Amino acid sequence: MKRILVGIKRVVDYNVRIRVKPDNSGVITDGVKMSINPFDEIALEEALRIKERGGAEEVIVATVGPADCQQQLRSALAMGADRALHVVADGVIEPLVAARALLKLVEREQPLLVILGKQAIDDDNGQTGQVLAALWNRPQATYASKLELTGESVRVTREVDAGLETLEVDLPAVITTDLRLNEPRYVKLPDIMKAKKKPLDIIAIADLGVAVDSQFRTVSVNAPAVRGKGVMVKDVGELAAMLRDKGLV
Amino acid sequence: MLRILIVAEHALGKLNPATAKCVACASLIEGAEVDVAVFAADASAVAEQAAAIHGVKRVLKVEHPANAEPLAAILAPQVASLAAGYTHVFGPSTTFGKDLMPHTAALLGVGQLSDIMAVESAYRYRRPVYAGNVVITVEAAQEQKLVATVRTASFQAASGGGSALVESAKVSAEVPAHTRFVSRSAATTGRPDLQTATRVVSGGRALGSADNFRLIYRLADKLGAAVGASRAAVDAGYAANDLQVGQTGKIIAPELYVAVGISGAIQHLTGIKDARTIVAINKDPEAPIFEVADIGLVGDLFTLLPQLEQAL
Repeated sequence: MKRILVGIKRVVDYNVRIRVKPDNSGVITDGVKMSINPFDEIALEEALRIKERGGAEEVIVATVGPADCQQQLRSALAMGADRALHVVADGVIEPLVAARALLKLVEREQPLLVILGKQAIDDDNGQTGQVLAALWNRPQATYASKLELTGESVRVTREVDAGLETLEVDLPAVITTDLRLNEPRYVKLPDIMKAKKKPLDIIAIADLGVAVDSQFRTVSVNAPAVRGKGVMVKDVGELAAMLRDKGLV
Repeated sequence: MLRILIVAEHALGKLNPATAKCVACASLIEGAEVDVAVFAADASAVAEQAAAIHGVKRVLKVEHPANAEPLAAILAPQVASLAAGYTHVFGPSTTFGKDLMPHTAALLGVGQLSDIMAVESAYRYRRPVYAGNVVITVEAAQEQKLVATVRTASFQAASGGGSALVESAKVSAEVPAHTRFVSRSAATTGRPDLQTATRVVSGGRALGSADNFRLIYRLADKLGAAVGASRAAVDAGYAANDLQVGQTGKIIAPELYVAVGISGAIQHLTGIKDARTIVAINKDPEAPIFEVADIGLVGDLFTLLPQLEQAL
């Protein structure tokens, strides 16, 4: 069966104002709204569109994380994923560990594409897709803004610093999504009800033979330095004079 | 002995200034020896430019026809092979480096540290998370090779005038055939490059159309500045994607940043907070951009921009 595997991450919702804990041990997440990482939602949307066009038969959504992640897997099923895989793991999951777990799922499911967000908006690492491609020894196409699937390969337009770059990569491959790839659909209430009946498999990370080890230790968590408040000028003349005074023009 | 390998970024025979910023970052690590690797079909011109960066000990040329385009899948096995003998491997936190370095790290069996913004020691760094709303201090395990990307906006480029040795390096790595370069749309505008310009003028949604966005270009040309745009302006089709400034676009640190009709969403502010002087022009006095602006002017941009062009 032609499958697409989509990796998602549970993160603090992008609308939440992030606050650092008073003891600098982390950010406040108690009582804070959690969501699917927005870039991963784009990944799922793309997978669903490929399936709807007949390019795939099944969309599987997967995550690696604690029990709470099932809320986001259910949301993904409501969006249209066919089934979900929850690799249960506690504590900080570094991208290398997440990718090792995803690789095990890839070996089981044999997808023709794995689509992930280009980065999670919490740790901003932006690594999991590239790491998975390396471990799997398959092509990667990051920062995708357009995908064209042909039989054996996929043509990917990427948003790079210089503009747009187009690659052709053989399948199976790993794709990571940029903002302008698509606009994810809204979930309708009946779909939320239907999603409750869709299969969600729970797998302990140890049962995949993946150890949750870490190379990096967060020593402290701080709010960034703030810029001092500037001055308001009345008109263009005052602005131009000020820029000249500072030697900026 | 700490030995740091930096992967050079370059295009069309020119070294990207991001490389000298990585060298500046690496030079803050006490007692480290810094080498730069240039992967190209013909690396000579770029290697010469890299050799002139102050603080570089050796420049290693890795020449192969497949290295004509900077594709992560093709370069990563070569970088990993060259990394033997180094304690640290750094690349810039540009789309080039962010694509390549995690892949390289995984081939080496280690993790990667993203976006170094400050060096505390050889294995202790600060980096931004949550779109720059939080800064964390991270300690990396010393017994493992440290692969990292360097947030280029946080470092001043290392100066020139150096004279490093240039050598050819042979790497034993298989070059995969599964990834093929098709094309790149090079935006040759004749204007300064957004990422390295000392002055930048950016426009936002308030410009209202691609046509009106020409006002931004006119002011930029008057100032000899690069042009940027907010995500809203790019999404609306007023400006090309490579002009986007912010968390998901380019993170820049010019001497002068002029934000026109940009409200100042957090993700945009993340991209400009290292700018020396921020000027904001917006008709909404409550716009968040004024919270970070050094100089603010409230008013209608369609009136003010032509006036400003005259006044400068």
